[in-house]
Amino acid sequence: MRVLVVEDSSAMRAFVRASLEESVSANVIEAASGFEALRLLPREDFDVAIVDVNMPDINGLELVSFIRKSERHAKTPVVMISTEATERDRERGLALGANVFLSKPFGAEDLTRVVVAARRDAGGG
Amino acid sequence: MAGSDDRDRLREEFLAEAQEIIESLSRDLLMLDQAQKGDGPIDPDLINEVFRGVHTLKGIAGMFGYHQLGAVAHALEDLLDDVRLGRVQISAEVLDVLFEGVENFGRMLSEDTGSEGDGVNLGQYAVSIDRVAAQSDHAPDPLDSFELDPAVLSVLTEYEEHRLRTNIEQGVHLFRLKVHFSLASIDSALEELKNRAKPLAEIITYLPSMDGSDGDSIDLEVLLASGATLEALAEALGQDSRQLTLVPRSGATPAPPPRQASPTTRPPAMPARDTHAPPAAPPRASADVSLEQRSLRSVANTVRVDIRKLDHLMNLVGELAIIRSAVGRVTDRLRGHPALRKLGLELHRVNRGFERRLEELQDGILDVRMVPLGQLFDKLARIVRQVAREHEKDVHLVVTGAETELDKLIVEELSDPLMHIIRNAIDHGIESPKVREIAGKSSTGTLALNAYQKGNHVLIEIEDDGQGMNEQLLLETAVRKGLLTKDSSTELSREEILNLIFTPGFSTRSQITDTSGRGVGMDVVKTNISRLGGIIDAQSELGTGTKFTITLPVTLAIISALLMRIGGRHYALPITSVQEAISLDPLTLRTVEGREVITLRGSTLPVCRLADLFRLQRTEPAPEKQFVVVSAVGQRRVGFVVDDLDGQQDIVIKPLGPSLQNVRGFAGATDLGDQRVALVLDAPGLLEETLVGLDRTTSLGARA
Repeated sequence: MRVLVVEDSSAMRAFVRASLEESVSANVIEAASGFEALRLLPREDFDVAIVDVNMPDINGLELVSFIRKSERHAKTPVVMISTEATERDRERGLALGANVFLSKPFGAEDLTRVVVAARRDAGGG
Repeated sequence: MAGSDDRDRLREEFLAEAQEIIESLSRDLLMLDQAQKGDGPIDPDLINEVFRGVHTLKGIAGMFGYHQLGAVAHALEDLLDDVRLGRVQISAEVLDVLFEGVENFGRMLSEDTGSEGDGVNLGQYAVSIDRVAAQSDHAPDPLDSFELDPAVLSVLTEYEEHRLRTNIEQGVHLFRLKVHFSLASIDSALEELKNRAKPLAEIITYLPSMDGSDGDSIDLEVLLASGATLEALAEALGQDSRQLTLVPRSGATPAPPPRQASPTTRPPAMPARDTHAPPAAPPRASADVSLEQRSLRSVANTVRVDIRKLDHLMNLVGELAIIRSAVGRVTDRLRGHPALRKLGLELHRVNRGFERRLEELQDGILDVRMVPLGQLFDKLARIVRQVAREHEKDVHLVVTGAETELDKLIVEELSDPLMHIIRNAIDHGIESPKVREIAGKSSTGTLALNAYQKGNHVLIEIEDDGQGMNEQLLLETAVRKGLLTKDSSTELSREEILNLIFTPGFSTRSQITDTSGRGVGMDVVKTNISRLGGIIDAQSELGTGTKFTITLPVTLAIISALLMRIGGRHYALPITSVQEAISLDPLTLRTVEGREVITLRGSTLPVCRLADLFRLQRTEPAPEKQFVVVSAVGQRRVGFVVDDLDGQQDIVIKPLGPSLQNVRGFAGATDLGDQRVALVLDAPGLLEETLVGLDRTTSLGARA
């Protein structure tokens, strides 16, 4: 399973990578900013995209909106993650087409469960 | 009944905090009131401050069973949330309701503390809150004052929306800028755009758009807020500015957005606004004078005092103690005089009474200075959480003895050293969950923070169940850094090896990590703790964990000291580090490896002749009968050889002058009250000095 993680914290990216590599042997591709994600999205396919809400420059909500508008990724499941998610950010994320919203701190198990479920629900098996 | 004290204390805490919140609410509202009356911008942070105050009040009221107060706070919180997010304009009416809320809070608290009252009529108040909150439907959201694309608004995070609102409230213009970037160079292009925009505008957000996206390049729409004109901004942005447009304001709302909204429905009781009125806000309380007076009375019976004022009082007490000693000496002389004996006895009794009161006064002031360590521990708990997350480690913090009290000044100074130790414990001590599992440990590490009082000392232990310190590695590092020679490294005891970490220039990690290893090592921790008259000890078991024990005096301000004489000079040793004083029996003196030791009740005690250590020039030979003062700090003991003992006295330590402050072994000087001055010995420092290279001797001797 190819997973894109867009997150400005390197520690957080490493955590996501370690969790998913270990639990489901995922191939985790990291993007440290919204821009890096924009470089990858038009060319590559992903089974799941994990997007942090609060990032400098292009925030996660904008990225989700972009992902949903693109043909290639219209159906890619999106998991949003956030530290200080307000109810409003969560609502907006879901309204823009994110599949699920996970609030930090979460454990490796939570993340795996959510990612696997998001992929299954999207028909990825 | 057990626990009722705790409950009372918690209630006091609640009342104190609630009172504090109410007071700051009151101040903030007065500032808001002035801003609302004037033409100046209303500081959004101020509104947020008021919101947060009410929000906290609601939270703690719920926790402590003040449900009615909580309900009122909740209603106000909702109203303030609307104000904060621009849904309700801050008007005189809204301020009336808020001010009335502050009064009601005060009344509800004071009623509970037992003053009789005729109940607070909250029904009427609830109606008032509803009335102003209902205006939210009519009050325009500042965001509505611009014709912003709903698609743009829908992707803003709450924070970005807040920034946007803040900018709008400052009456600036909004601009949209369309830029086409090649994906390959987007980072540098964007950096340039940011730098160009920065002096003039705040970039609210960037929106990637699908339109121009062909896989190699992308269209970005940038939303900017700026007080500059379109032309000025376009010029600043340079070639990026081709597609810069001004976001039009919506026709319905005049610009800048109205701040003094709806003055039409002011209650008649309010005086007409007078532009010449003094800036102080008129009280907005109801006309009922007695209610007003009551709400002005402070509810919580606590005051906050600058610690320096207490220092001053403590110094005065110390000086009184010195005078008392002087009176005592006069009394003794009177009693020794046959004709004046009776008078002397009378004065003696009076002086004893004075002495007792003085002790009470001193204890009272000391007690005021004491604060529970819990405050500091709470702060540390947040650090633990943060550092554990930074390092992706699972750490369970166990705190015991948070109620242990210490002098406020010591608690303040402890913050940094404890923080450093804790960061180290999580960074270097506790292993990652995977490693822990492999090592057969629970994946969650435990960090225990324990405090307790033992006699005149407070002990703080910081213990982790991490990988422990590797002695071999410590030795190798010390040798590599030139702190030890290879030969001498083989002779060190286990304790000495662990104590290497406190040596300046020692750090086992070659890599510098985010949290620890910022060039501030354990040697600084140690220095900071000795400055407080304390010591730190390390124990560690490889694979099992590390434990640091910090031993501190309960207070710094005034201390009991043992007065001693050496070579005709006076010295004072804090009684907290004196274990006992015995006559020196030359027969028990032995020399082990060039050091003098005595055998005291079967165990070996290293002794140190202070006269030699201080290189005192004796005008006459040392007396035949000398004394050994056994001093202990933490696990270490040493016997100081002195000429004579002068009894115990309370002393106030005065710092040595700047030129002498770095002399080791002295904590300061004190005035003994009869034109004698004594140097105050720094027991931890002296122990350190005299035990260098002695630890081995002692342990050898003890085994023998």
